Amino acid sequence: MGHDEYQTHEAKILTPSFIVLLTLTLIGFALIILRFVKGIGTVSNMSDGYPWGIWITYDVATGTAIACGGYAMAILVYIRNRMHYHPMIRSAILTSMFGYGLAGFSVMVDLGRPWNAYNFFVPSKWQVNSAMFEVAVCVMAYTMVLIIEFLPAILTTLEKTEWKTLQHMLDLVYGRLGMERPERIGDRLDKVKELAAWARPRLDKVLIFVIVLGITLPTMHQSSLGSLLLIASTKLHPLWHTGFLPLLFLINCMYIGYSIAILESVISCYAFKRPFETKELSGMARIIPFLTVIWLSVVIGDLAWRGQLGTALSFNFYSCFFLLEFCLIAAGSLILFSKKKRESIRWLFVSAALIVFGGALYRFNVYLIGFNPGKGWHYFPALAELMVTVGIVAFEILGYQVLVKLLPVLPRLHTREQHAATHPLGEKA
Amino acid sequence: MTMGKPSRRQFLKIMGATGAALLAGKKAAVANEGHKINNETIGMLYDATKCVGCKACMSACKRVNGDYGSLSYERAKFDTDGLWDAPEDLSGSTRTLIKLFKQSEQEWSYVKYSCMHCQKPSCVSVCPVAAMTRDPETGIVDYNKNTCIGCRYCQVACAFNIPKFQWEKAIPQIVKCDLCKNTNLPKKGISACAEVCPAGAIMFGKRKDLLEEAEKRLRENPGKYINHIYGANELGGTNHLYLASMQFNKLGLPTLKDEAPAEFSEKIQHTIYKGFIAPVALYSTLCFIALKNMKGHGEDEHDTKNDKGGHH
Repeated sequence: MGHDEYQTHEAKILTPSFIVLLTLTLIGFALIILRFVKGIGTVSNMSDGYPWGIWITYDVATGTAIACGGYAMAILVYIRNRMHYHPMIRSAILTSMFGYGLAGFSVMVDLGRPWNAYNFFVPSKWQVNSAMFEVAVCVMAYTMVLIIEFLPAILTTLEKTEWKTLQHMLDLVYGRLGMERPERIGDRLDKVKELAAWARPRLDKVLIFVIVLGITLPTMHQSSLGSLLLIASTKLHPLWHTGFLPLLFLINCMYIGYSIAILESVISCYAFKRPFETKELSGMARIIPFLTVIWLSVVIGDLAWRGQLGTALSFNFYSCFFLLEFCLIAAGSLILFSKKKRESIRWLFVSAALIVFGGALYRFNVYLIGFNPGKGWHYFPALAELMVTVGIVAFEILGYQVLVKLLPVLPRLHTREQHAATHPLGEKA
Repeated sequence: MTMGKPSRRQFLKIMGATGAALLAGKKAAVANEGHKINNETIGMLYDATKCVGCKACMSACKRVNGDYGSLSYERAKFDTDGLWDAPEDLSGSTRTLIKLFKQSEQEWSYVKYSCMHCQKPSCVSVCPVAAMTRDPETGIVDYNKNTCIGCRYCQVACAFNIPKFQWEKAIPQIVKCDLCKNTNLPKKGISACAEVCPAGAIMFGKRKDLLEEAEKRLRENPGKYINHIYGANELGGTNHLYLASMQFNKLGLPTLKDEAPAEFSEKIQHTIYKGFIAPVALYSTLCFIALKNMKGHGEDEHDTKNDKGGHH
């Protein structure tokens, strides 16, 4: 794909939001150190009844769904053949890369014995009955895939950069030391440039096979994230425990993926003071209600089949959370059925937000709220536990903010106008 | 417009391909599943009506398995001298526990908790790195801390809430009964708790003998017991069996179905992943579509002389 579809966002890196996010990140990471020194119980309210808390529920189960923007965009562009969305894909992949990378990092924080994680690479230890095994292997593989998918942005930058900052710093260091800067440093930097220029077109040729792998892997592990709770038949409330968990999680991550791509675009255009990508977004928004309608139908059909419709409408604790999740998604979808509202940035934002919240609440319901290990067990995350999650999310936003200012990630403005001209809105998307 | 139609047809193709793969996998998976109870394996029969609540079993368990199983004494707040071990529940320090359930002055019962050693254990089914294993010969469900990654999926999966985690330790592990597999059993041929019980409340032996004995007690003492051997069929059968005079769910032993949850979850997981056919089919189909789309798009752009950077 053409690399001049993208551009680096020219702006200062050190902004007030940078400082705030950095502070939150540092607090989170300090607590993570505390967790490794003193044990998980020191920072968390998890217990033997609730062995999975907010770290697994949010950072892993929900975080990876929110990071499905790259997955959803890849399906749209490469499988549904909507190439005019291509300029938007790089920023989606960047957020996915952060989402997945940090989900993996959260798992390492959450694992009691992370030093044994190498067993995932020891075939004699593989336990293929375990949905967790499938999730772990696929998530690791997908994170690698995302990095490779993002590599062209880095290679283009390496190829074009003049290394001004680095050269300046080197001069400064050697100046202090009172030495001449050796010639070979310049040569080495040129070598890197050459290497990047050599690698980029070759990577481009095989990239499509990696991209397709990047569609296959999330299909596998997002459904397996649902399979994880199949075993908890006595603990997960019947409103959510069903054989359809894998299917529901898969569709759920798709509509969250498209909705989050809309939210990210609106927010980053607002924050970086770029024109809104209304045409592209309204086209993308058309897909969402189809997915949510399938999802909602499976949910209702399954409840009816298992005779749980009465439970769903009993307005007790569980029923209320179920109805909230259901209504958020239904309301968001209803808005998107209207063509007029799909063309308004405000309505797009509202409906995408409703669907992301509803979809995320579904995952919270399955992993935490609908999970009842028996009498006497309670869970609400501790402040320190929450701050670890906040720190990780802050780091994610921070990384995105910085990288779009260093690498060509955001759609180049003039190509987007050209795309709009060659692909009029009337075309279905 | 022109691009829309072929892609939708191709979408149907994927659905067809994966659907066929799923169906093919399902037949194969159903054929070789369905587990049988092995009554030659070993276990324990706990008779709550015989238990006197002396907790000699708890004390013996910690004495024998303390070092090997990373157990430790738990102090009560009132016990400033540290005289007693006073765990409130099974925990990262305690593998077995006696509790008293008191309904009234006349109606009460002791109950002993420890691993149920299921015939089809959920913890073994879910462990991603095979740190939880069930020995097919003995039926012992064992834990290997040298493999365990500490993900605690076993805790989520266990319907009896048996595996416990050491939340307060920097180097934690899972703690659960292994029938003294590496301590008392090889030395004396019996678990420590059964060995020391002064009241004969814990019978150790082969599952078939335990069942026979339990049935005999039920037969010979009509009215004394609830007419049910807890664990005989629960969740596909357990090797730790119970007799009691009070409803089992009041004693903290949940009312459960006969089907093992692992049967249900593995059936679905195997249906999707049997022979890895579905993922491979999905990948190849998607590759086919994506390559075709890229090619079509390339020509399209070439024709309209409108490519900007283009693609390959």
